[in-house]
Amino acid sequence: MNRKTFRKFLTFTHVLFFSILFSTTAFSQEHTETGEETEEEFKVSEMIMHHVGDSHEWHFATIGHTHITLPLPVIIYSADQGLEVFSSSKFHNESLSYGDYKLDEHDHIVSQSGRKFYDLSITKNVASLFLSAILLVVIFSSIAGAYTKNRGKAPSGIQSFFEPLIVFIRDDVAKPAIAGKDKHGRPKYEKYMPYLLTVFFFIWFNNLLGLMPGGANLTGNIAVTGVLALITLCITLFSSNKYYWQHIFATPGVPKWLLPIMIPVELIGVFTKPFSLMVRLFANITAGHIIILSLLGLIFVAKNIAVSAAIVPFALFMNLIELMVAILQAYIFTLLSAMYIGSAVEGHEDHDDYGH
Amino acid sequence: MNLVTPGLGLIFWQLVTFLLVLFLLAKFAWKPIMSSLREREESIEGALRAAEQAKTDMAKLKAENEKLLEEARVERDAMLRKAQQTSEAIVEEAKNKASVESAKIVESAKQQINAERQAALADIKRQVATLSIEIAEKLLRNQLKEEKAQRDLVDQLVKDASLN
Repeated sequence: MNRKTFRKFLTFTHVLFFSILFSTTAFSQEHTETGEETEEEFKVSEMIMHHVGDSHEWHFATIGHTHITLPLPVIIYSADQGLEVFSSSKFHNESLSYGDYKLDEHDHIVSQSGRKFYDLSITKNVASLFLSAILLVVIFSSIAGAYTKNRGKAPSGIQSFFEPLIVFIRDDVAKPAIAGKDKHGRPKYEKYMPYLLTVFFFIWFNNLLGLMPGGANLTGNIAVTGVLALITLCITLFSSNKYYWQHIFATPGVPKWLLPIMIPVELIGVFTKPFSLMVRLFANITAGHIIILSLLGLIFVAKNIAVSAAIVPFALFMNLIELMVAILQAYIFTLLSAMYIGSAVEGHEDHDDYGH
Repeated sequence: MNLVTPGLGLIFWQLVTFLLVLFLLAKFAWKPIMSSLREREESIEGALRAAEQAKTDMAKLKAENEKLLEEARVERDAMLRKAQQTSEAIVEEAKNKASVESAKIVESAKQQINAERQAALADIKRQVATLSIEIAEKLLRNQLKEEKAQRDLVDQLVKDASLN
């Protein structure tokens, strides 16, 4: 698939996404208006939170009274009951409960008797995570196969779509950020390429999957971005050299009496960097989803289909911006990760003093 | 704030899945991709370097050829000049020789003519002498036919002799 058709494909899916979203919510709207229950009023914030949050089932659409959902496995571990695995469809009853467990209004599982348990369920986000993991492994191993097949020749097919991105991450992200050579004379960045490439494509793929119709908001989930930021922190700390720590505990050019202030500040700085990574990705993606959903929600708040004439083009525009944000945030996360790692591994010889 | 509370399950699955994906991709995708990218870049660089080398070699060869050609041209010119000089010398020599020869021929012809003339003159002289003697003889014979004449002569002669 070349770039052009790929873009066309993405645009197409977004148009499709809107038409489906619009039509399904329109159905539910109809249902509210014609239905007997007047208390089922449309709440924009609820709809938005439902869309950006996690869920124990994958809800695709609601047509009339029929919910098209994929029930997902619930996995619960507790000290007394051990491992319990059951389908989330077991919660489909009046009280939304199954045994001791009950779904609360946030779609969280709570214990009715107040027992302590760990919820390791395959939620919508986890399912989407598995899907993206499979996609990543399948796509990139096929590309690797193409590299082995046309060794030394020009790239072809999907390989030539991804090659500029891979080369870009290597030449414009990793190489400038992680300077210097290790003691074997190999460039230092080479060791971190697998992580940087994986994190870039992981975030990008999941950002795009999140924009798909019915997609999960995986990269807009703080748990996911937190884990990614934590891995960056771990890599930074485990590959740090003495100059990195020297920079924290004896910042060059700082008078001795300032050190009691500087050391805590620098130590906090070690953790604020990955924290900012976590929050930036989470906030950007979630905010993007919320903006689009709010725009579409306006139609139902106004209860007037004519409003959509103005809203839909604007929402479409926002969605296109989200497409750009998808790759931009992946790039920013990768670039900043590379820079944090670079600051931890930089040697004394290639140390520069600007900005400190 | 449901949104900013990370769920334990998702943290667990994200950690496990991401590390698994990282491991799988690092082993089966990034390693072959990066190595073959590097390999291809090196081969392209090598090819470019080889092309550059070939270009300079070509230029060197061309310059060498030019130099050889120039040398050949100079040599040819020298040879031509030399040949011309030689031919001129030969012609000059031939001319000289011819004039010398012709002079010699003319000289010898002159000598021969002289000699012939000398011989002819000598012959004529001899013949004139003979003729004169014959004439004189005849004349004398005629004059001294008579006794008297002979006597007169002898007398004359005697007279001349005695006078001396």
